Amino acid sequence: MAERIPMIALSPTMEEGRILSWKVKPGDSVKGGMVLCEVETDKATMEYESPREGTVLKLIRQEGESVKVGEPIAWIGKPGEQVPDEVEPSRPSPLYSQAAEGTKPTTTTETTPREILPEKALSPVSDQPLAPHLTTGVSTKSSPLARKLATELGIDIRRVPGSGPSGRVIKRDVLRFHESAGKLPQKEVVSTATLSQPRMDREVPVSGMRATIAKRLSESFFTAPHYFLRVAVQMDALMDARSRYNAEGTQKISLNAFFIKLAAEALRRHPQINSTWKGTTIQIHGSIDIGLAVALPEGLITPVVRNCAGKGIREIDQELTALIQKAKQGGLKPEEYTNATFTISNLGSFGIEEFTAIINPPGSAILALGEIRKEPVVTDQDEIVVRRVLRMTLSCDHRTIDGAVGAAFLKDLKDMMEDPFRILL
Amino acid sequence: MPIITYREALNQALDEEMARDESVFLIGEEVGEYNGAYKVSKGLLDKYGPRRVIDTPITELGFTGIGVGAAMAGLRPVVEWMTHNFALLALDQVVNNAAKMRYMSGGQFKLPIVFRGPNGPAEYLAAQHSQALQTYWTHVPGLKVVAPATPYDAKGLLKSAIRDDNPVVVLEGELMYAWKGEVPEEEYLVPIGKADVKREGTDVTIVTYSKPLKVVQEAADVLAQEGIQVEIVDLRTLRPIDEETVYQSVRKTNRAVVVDESWPVVSVGSHMAWLISKNCFDVLDAQVELVASEDIPMPYNHTLELAAQPSVDKVIAAVKKVLYLGE
Repeated sequence: MAERIPMIALSPTMEEGRILSWKVKPGDSVKGGMVLCEVETDKATMEYESPREGTVLKLIRQEGESVKVGEPIAWIGKPGEQVPDEVEPSRPSPLYSQAAEGTKPTTTTETTPREILPEKALSPVSDQPLAPHLTTGVSTKSSPLARKLATELGIDIRRVPGSGPSGRVIKRDVLRFHESAGKLPQKEVVSTATLSQPRMDREVPVSGMRATIAKRLSESFFTAPHYFLRVAVQMDALMDARSRYNAEGTQKISLNAFFIKLAAEALRRHPQINSTWKGTTIQIHGSIDIGLAVALPEGLITPVVRNCAGKGIREIDQELTALIQKAKQGGLKPEEYTNATFTISNLGSFGIEEFTAIINPPGSAILALGEIRKEPVVTDQDEIVVRRVLRMTLSCDHRTIDGAVGAAFLKDLKDMMEDPFRILL
Repeated sequence: MPIITYREALNQALDEEMARDESVFLIGEEVGEYNGAYKVSKGLLDKYGPRRVIDTPITELGFTGIGVGAAMAGLRPVVEWMTHNFALLALDQVVNNAAKMRYMSGGQFKLPIVFRGPNGPAEYLAAQHSQALQTYWTHVPGLKVVAPATPYDAKGLLKSAIRDDNPVVVLEGELMYAWKGEVPEEEYLVPIGKADVKREGTDVTIVTYSKPLKVVQEAADVLAQEGIQVEIVDLRTLRPIDEETVYQSVRKTNRAVVVDESWPVVSVGSHMAWLISKNCFDVLDAQVELVASEDIPMPYNHTLELAAQPSVDKVIAAVKKVLYLGE
């Protein structure tokens, strides 16, 4: 009997997941535990392991589509088995359903629009009730031993992807999760006892998040031809202004909010920077969506403030604060950390003078900010004065941004940072 | 250590117990002049005479009843049934008299009696003569039931059964009589109610008894080549069952397969599977699997006859199922 394979919750808070890539095609035979597809959850890219064995009869959803937990994504059964005439699901919910207007999802659904059969489009999405445990958003099937182990190890069993029949969580899943969850002994403090002993190598499993970082950034660095533009910015005017506003006693505005706003303003004037290389076309984004790289213990994530050109610094700051807070709690939704059209990475707080960053796709450029430090500066009057200086480096994708274009953008940005009034010019 | 057959081991047990205790006697069809339908009682008539090795007419209910009466009167009869298929005729004597008298007399009567004979499918015997009927006996409180699978266990358990003051049913096997194994020359007993770990392993526990032990051992050898270490628990006694040895093993392996050659419905095997599910619930990583005979009368056709019984392939498939290994 052919079985409809639903999207399952691959993270505790996952309500829908985006199928990044199918690892099987119709006709393939699969075993329980084999990877069916890669799914981008709200947290990371997860492998969806087949809950049963059989032959893949049909893939209902395409790569790039977002699918709600519980909705069917494929049929698995015996070879040659007929799949019941499936009512095509309604169009996938747009990736940015909750995001600011003016943004478009860059999923493959755009380039390959789905066929919606008119007579079927009127029918309800699904004619079969979903199993109750699927609608709760978590996979609840587990072996008694797995539950006991999870309790002992302090693991929430609902977070563990199951590899048994129908996604049952079994002993090996809990152990695998335990290993990969970085639950390695947290004794990093070197005691005198261990100093005399050889330091052993250890292998740390690659988490889903780390795998995503590795994949995306390798792809970016090895396909996008990077070049780097470097400038030193005198920050006194901006810093003084910020001090004044913060002294007003209301909510303090972070420096990053200023950078985002000023970058947005420069991007508005240089739309080529706010673009995506699409192979045959270059997409110039209408909305300026700026991501800020945030370091978490598990890895890097970039919460995105949408439509920065249309927002004031305080508004940006409030959004940013909320997003960073959410990121630290691990609750960022995909639409809150994906598809930045421009990215800022700030390592100033680590005392880094200057550095270069790898472009965060689908953006074409990333701005790397160093520490703001007092330096001797020679003025136009040939006087040596002490100024607060920020060194910043713009990484550009040469496919979309030529050197002069990047330089013009960076110059405008520098000028605005040194003299924020220029925003109004 | 001498290697002897299961048949010889039983013969030694009878011989030793008859020599040891004059109240022990053997009664049944063909046990004397013919030396037993399966030659288990070979030489006993010559040695102990017709008062203690008694040939009977083909009257299972009758001679089983004589045995029960003799036991109540203080003797220690060993009743041989030519097969357990025929023992169905004697069911009333066993269930209603042997199993009940000690209880209903408030302990005034003891029932030191042994019922023994081959049980389970042999070959080419068709539906009526090829049945594993252990469930019938094991179901009844007041009886003890043993099912040895090796010559060593057969001798030790039969001796214990003869010395027991309660009715004990001994399940032998037509195809097992020729099985060989080490049996020490010096006297020993195998206690009733004690299972035996026949093979140690870490990955899955197979609980079995009687003839399927051999199938299970072969399956374990095949699985070992794939890196799967099977632990085999041979129950040896079906009533009272040695639960603790089974649970100890399952606690170690987290997985259990029960292999039983009787039918699957309300059987010793299904009971065992329930016990494990209930008492090892928190340590199980998979459902308990049961490999039994098919739920059909035994076919005469030999291919179907073999297909109806537990096989190496069936055991391997069940083990892989509880290990979540796809076929």
